[in-house]
Amino acid sequence: MSKRIYLYPIWLRLWHAINALMFLVLLATGLSMQYSNPDWPLIRFDLAVRFHNIAGIIVSFNYLIFLLGNLSTSNGSFYKMNWKTLISDLIKQMNYYLFGVFKKQATPFPVNEERKFNPLQKFTYVITMYGMMPVIIITGLALLFPELIIERVFQSSGIFLTALLHTVIGFMLSMFLVIHVYFSTMGSSPTSNFKSMVNGYHEPH
Amino acid sequence: MRNIFLLLFFMLLVFVFNQTSAQLMVDMDSPPSNSEMNQHCFDCHGKQVYSYENEFSGMLERKVMNPNYVLDTGAFYKGVHRHFACIDCHSMDYEVFPHQSELRFEMMYSCIDCHGGDETYAQYNFDQIEAEFFQSVHSNRHDESFNCWMCHDPHAYKAMTHGNFKISEIVKAHNQTCVDCHNDPAQFQRITDSVRPDLAQVHNFIPKYDLHLKSVRCIECHTSQQDTMWVAHNILEKDFAMKKCVECHSSNTMLMASLYKYQNIEARQTGFLNAVILNESYVIGANRNFYFNIISIVLFGLAIIGIAVHVFFRIKNR
Repeated sequence: MSKRIYLYPIWLRLWHAINALMFLVLLATGLSMQYSNPDWPLIRFDLAVRFHNIAGIIVSFNYLIFLLGNLSTSNGSFYKMNWKTLISDLIKQMNYYLFGVFKKQATPFPVNEERKFNPLQKFTYVITMYGMMPVIIITGLALLFPELIIERVFQSSGIFLTALLHTVIGFMLSMFLVIHVYFSTMGSSPTSNFKSMVNGYHEPH
Repeated sequence: MRNIFLLLFFMLLVFVFNQTSAQLMVDMDSPPSNSEMNQHCFDCHGKQVYSYENEFSGMLERKVMNPNYVLDTGAFYKGVHRHFACIDCHSMDYEVFPHQSELRFEMMYSCIDCHGGDETYAQYNFDQIEAEFFQSVHSNRHDESFNCWMCHDPHAYKAMTHGNFKISEIVKAHNQTCVDCHNDPAQFQRITDSVRPDLAQVHNFIPKYDLHLKSVRCIECHTSQQDTMWVAHNILEKDFAMKKCVECHSSNTMLMASLYKYQNIEARQTGFLNAVILNESYVIGANRNFYFNIISIVLFGLAIIGIAVHVFFRIKNR
């Protein structure tokens, strides 16, 4: 068995745990509000609004911790993309997930001290953390203070357009969450990555 | 499919018919019928300061008009009673100046005195409005002095829901009717000795109360909404006011049966539930897009199927 690698410092594990927990709260309360039904209330509407607001604020502050952490520690380097080889790297990794993993092939991009994420992970994490998260946080804050939103944008309600963008990104992040959780089961054992979230050590294949 | 089209066509016909029935009956385009006659009254009552010649001293006197008797002539001629002469409702004795003091006690007409039991005005539901009013707290909690004019000014009344007003304009006008008394200590004290509650405080359970007040009317929650009533007048005891958010924030939003029934045929065909609301606003829970729902369910389903297939082959090749 290869040596365990300490890849997940305590601040990152705490950030990830808070993010995961708040994500679930936001998902449940967001769905409850979007599909509110007096006959079948998932969560009472006013409580859903309150918890969604609180969780949203916590996730926003948590995102700042992520940004500051990535700026001030080496963790930020794991998100640097190699654009030249991106396409071929993505194909290699997708081939592994679609076929190689069933043939017991070795992962094309094994995790080490310099490479925490495979190219597919890195690509989706960059889009998620540096693309979708800022959008959902900004639109979420705008909806928290709707009086600041431009009233009319091209014959449409500014609040409506903001909410639409917020909901669409929220759905995409929910999809990310489901796939992210599944891929977490693809470590050296189905539970090894979940243990890593607690102890900080990555178990190599 | 053909039946669906027939049903849609029928619904459209009903909708168009309903819209037609909501047209204003007053001619708002031609010049006011009695403006010349009324000018005699407005010479004094259209101004804050009036003047007259004192018969005894022969001097020209200038006086400040009691603010309660100053009328906005512009608003009068934009209102539904624009073709009226003042003396249609007020005593002809007012034509004499100085006015006799007993004229102050003249009985005022109420809406129903002119509009009640008349088929001509059936679309305005005056009789039903009166019946609802008698059930309301405004009637039950107060004596007969609480009449139509407590809330509605006949000198400037606009039928907001029978014209081409935007929903936001209807909301503003209707809510102004309520807050004129409920947010004004002096007006509130006219009818009660009880302490006027602070509106923001008693509504503090509503997130963004100010924004709600700009977007929906007080009567959305404070009346019992009847399908047959154009504008509900049965103001409920505060304990019976609507407090459940989902009554508006759901696909079956009651706003469609109250505030948004005034919207004309501008409803968008974009696949959004209760799309007409989107013309001016957005109500979470009420505005959902059919296509987005389908796309999201399909994408989510594909992801779950993909994961299930992947799990299957992982287990099979273990």
